[in-house]
Amino acid sequence: MAYTLHHPKWHRDSKPIFWWVMNWASIAFILRELTSVAVAYFAVLLILVYRALQLGPEAWAALVSMLANPTMIAFHVFALCTLLYHSITWFNLSPKAIVIRLGRWRIPDLLIAGGNYAAWIFISAVIAWAYVAS
Amino acid sequence: MNKSNDPFWWTLFGAGGALSAMLVPILLFLIGVATPLGWVDAPSYAAVSGLVLHPIVRIAAFSLISLSFFHWAHRFRFTLYDGLQLKHLFRLIAVICYGGALAGSIAAAYVIW
Repeated sequence: MAYTLHHPKWHRDSKPIFWWVMNWASIAFILRELTSVAVAYFAVLLILVYRALQLGPEAWAALVSMLANPTMIAFHVFALCTLLYHSITWFNLSPKAIVIRLGRWRIPDLLIAGGNYAAWIFISAVIAWAYVAS
Repeated sequence: MNKSNDPFWWTLFGAGGALSAMLVPILLFLIGVATPLGWVDAPSYAAVSGLVLHPIVRIAAFSLISLSFFHWAHRFRFTLYDGLQLKHLFRLIAVICYGGALAGSIAAAYVIW
């Protein structure tokens, strides 16, 4: 989509704010875009982790007990679902952004998306292993 | 995927989207769900700080945080334009979104180092 600056002299049909509630494809689109809020939230959480670690063991213990709050856990389960939706939609779209040709042969979409999923599983496993081992 | 005329912002958006898609679900699962529920043992302060404060991990974490913010900025900006029909606030929204991402990145750098 190319965006054009608002220009009052042109005629434009006004669209209702909630135009996207009308069909599932639009709802899925808006939900996908809103997953970016969860991505930004995790960045904030990671800053808080660093802050607690830099301040010392007491601050760290306070953060750990805050994370154990049932409301926080419920919120994080919700955020996790949102982030999984982000990952899945991202990997499914990756063949559209990454077009690799070997000579005349174009690597099929399924292989690129599959490679992304394989890398995702591998990286997640390595992180989980490093976390549990530490 | 949003397409803009600005390849610079799109590159940050794309890098942040890819990096967060790969790394963030498992990290949030471990930190926010599995550990508090006791599915995995909470690592000790010494173990976590030893790992997380390692110079290379700091750089990686800063990249993840900053690019995640810019990913959000770009996507959220176009969600406001499209979803809420706010195209007339073009400049203001762009400044708030990218400015927010920049401020978040500076805060991250300050806290991490």
